Amino acid sequence: MSDAETPSIDESELAEESVEDVLEEELPQPELLHGVPVSESRGQVVLHPSRDEYVALVSSLRELGYWMCVDLCGVDYLGYGAQRNLPAGVAPERFEVVVGLLNHTDRSRLRLRVQIPESDPQLATLFPLHPSVENPEREVFDMFGIRFDGHPDMSRILMPDEWIGHPLRKDYELGRIPVQFKGASTAR
Amino acid sequence: MGIVADVQADGLAGLEHNFLTGRVEDLIRWARSHSSWPATFGLACCAIEMMATGGPHYDLARFGMEVFRASPRQADIMIVAGRVSQKMAPVLRQIYDQMMEPKWVISMGVCASSGGMFNNYALVQGVDTIVPVDVYAPGCPPGPETLLQAIVTLHELIESGEIMRRRDVTGAGAGVHLDELQLPTSTALTIGTR
Amino acid sequence: MTSTDLTTLNSALTRLTSDESVLRLSETEAEQKSGYQAPTEEGLGERMIMNMGPQHPSTHGVLRLVLEMDGETITRSKPVIGYLHTGMEKTGEELTYLQGATNVTRMDYAAPLFNELVFSLAVEELLGIEVPDRGQWIRMLMSELNRMSSHLLFMATNGMDLGAVGMMLYGWREREEVLRFFEAVTGLRMNHNYIRPGGVAADLPGGWDEELSAILDVIPDRLAEFDLLMTGQPIWRERLQGVGVITAEEALSLGATGPILRSTGFAWDLRRDQPYLKYDQVEFDVIAGSFGDCFDRYAIRLAEIRESMRIVRQIIDKMPEGDYRVQDKKVTPPPRARIDESMEALIHHFKIFTEGFKVPEGEVYVAVESPRGELGCYIVSDGSSKPFRMHIRGPSFVNLQTLPHLMKDSFLADTVAIISSVDPIMGEVDR
Repeated sequence: MSDAETPSIDESELAEESVEDVLEEELPQPELLHGVPVSESRGQVVLHPSRDEYVALVSSLRELGYWMCVDLCGVDYLGYGAQRNLPAGVAPERFEVVVGLLNHTDRSRLRLRVQIPESDPQLATLFPLHPSVENPEREVFDMFGIRFDGHPDMSRILMPDEWIGHPLRKDYELGRIPVQFKGASTAR
Repeated sequence: MGIVADVQADGLAGLEHNFLTGRVEDLIRWARSHSSWPATFGLACCAIEMMATGGPHYDLARFGMEVFRASPRQADIMIVAGRVSQKMAPVLRQIYDQMMEPKWVISMGVCASSGGMFNNYALVQGVDTIVPVDVYAPGCPPGPETLLQAIVTLHELIESGEIMRRRDVTGAGAGVHLDELQLPTSTALTIGTR
Repeated sequence: MTSTDLTTLNSALTRLTSDESVLRLSETEAEQKSGYQAPTEEGLGERMIMNMGPQHPSTHGVLRLVLEMDGETITRSKPVIGYLHTGMEKTGEELTYLQGATNVTRMDYAAPLFNELVFSLAVEELLGIEVPDRGQWIRMLMSELNRMSSHLLFMATNGMDLGAVGMMLYGWREREEVLRFFEAVTGLRMNHNYIRPGGVAADLPGGWDEELSAILDVIPDRLAEFDLLMTGQPIWRERLQGVGVITAEEALSLGATGPILRSTGFAWDLRRDQPYLKYDQVEFDVIAGSFGDCFDRYAIRLAEIRESMRIVRQIIDKMPEGDYRVQDKKVTPPPRARIDESMEALIHHFKIFTEGFKVPEGEVYVAVESPRGELGCYIVSDGSSKPFRMHIRGPSFVNLQTLPHLMKDSFLADTVAIISSVDPIMGEVDR
């Protein structure tokens, strides 16, 4: 969201929702970059393509010089208490896939955040464009259960094949076991 | 007859070649403790310190242990150096089973000993749930000095026979028990025939 | 940088996305199929599927490789990982930001300070605080020394993997010199938890510069011994030159960074190209290779030790006076002396170490140049004192993807050289 506007509004007198209402009225259209909504986070540019725009966007960015897909990871926003930094028009979903692209010529970076609904956790793979996502996409599948369509080897990578559940989901327990300091009876 | 005469005159000092007496059991223990070869079972951070222990500064060769064996069949001590994941646990047990008796295990570092700071779904909380551990080396990672201390402790236990005694009593250890040979009682064995 | 363009990149892409070098077998299949493979109707001749690792002396920890071989030649392969999966990203969500550094430092255990650095930089970015100059220079000093110790470790293991067993002793001897300095500064030889959000844990001890100069005086002669033992040796060159070749386009497509990318001639180093800390104020060269083979990767690392020493010398001269951590009561615990005399300071100290400090909501990605390549940290904060999501982009994890392509059509004996030249640290791969 652009750093903005509300010069005439005294925030302390307004409830939070109404500030948002005003903002939405003033900004009906989100800012666009490369044809998709864009936001800024701590000075870093973040693009928010929809699932349908995702591959086409990465493809055109690759033509523009973003040759390397540096990073791909998942986030599970279940139970996230704070305000999600999303531009207007982008509906928050439970999962997000976050992709980092690097342009060596401009020495610039772009980050993509794709919303993935809980009911249908899947996304098209970037493998045909960036083979570097092979391991990261498998990791996201392993840890979050988000499937990548068209990935040549969509299997677990860190956990054993027969493992049940996706550990980095927020509703997956940490798996802590109580520590017993004495009185344990093990034959040694 | 000269030897007998010398011994009669000077006692044991009269012998041309000296000898020691002792029980075979003690001799074997002494030999075992001084040439116990470790298996290279480096897993994580501790493996780096384990290798450093083998390096020139700490010189594991002093304890007859510089020969890290890659094959478990040739190793006597398994130093579990690092965190053991759920995925690695079966592999670890398999390697342990492949080692020859007598064998010993040092659990190096808190992760191997108790799961350490990673009390979560991925790690085995203490390698002693998979294999019997003889000595625990604390630290994260234990410095080479700590590992050396653990090794010296283990050597003392081997030499005093403590470990084997305890295992006999508790029935612990690798859990390998040879069934007694069931020979037909009627067959007489005669020496010199087949 | 080389003249990479989209056309060459695309031609590399067709090669990389076809299955000609990657063996697509799941872990279970690989176990079942292990052994002799009869010729198939699709034209594949007699082959052998071999499982190498996860417990193998030359796989640098617990890497497992599934190799498909035609005689002595490797046709396809696949690295299988996860044997050291520690759940650090999950554990990281349970620890406060102050405790987080203890967690991440155990990822890349050959270069622990870089993990702490990237985590701290990300947290500071979210907090919006700037570490005082001295803190930044200390961080730079420690990370360059860590780069040296990490590369010295590589020299030792790379030498031993290839049969130069003596290198195991030499590499370790030099590494101990650096570790002794680390122990004096941080109290630990590894997993220091020294670089923390807000600065560093303690100031440098008195006489650090003399001690360091003494170390820097010793090491160059010993590096010359390395040259004598390895660089110039015909056997060494035979084993490494022309083995495990990769092009710049392939490396870019596979996401390879660090010495692997630089060995292809593509001089990309975050210290120079996206400077962090005070790297824009020191002089150093980015070392690039030209053939993209194992020898280049070895030579780059050897040269980087020398470059790091050059940087360290400049840091000794330029080290400013001042605070080593930010003087922000929200983030920084009070100094030890104040705790003895003031109840408020004690409470303050207690609160910071039990509850932690709150970090404003948001998300940020920060990257640094670790000895293995781009080490990134992505943190999502929900405004509490623990990260909502903490993700580490491990360079080894991504670099491992180059293995099947590097090993294509090479001999079995070369796998050892190739794995070693990628220099993966499994703790960081599996996290």
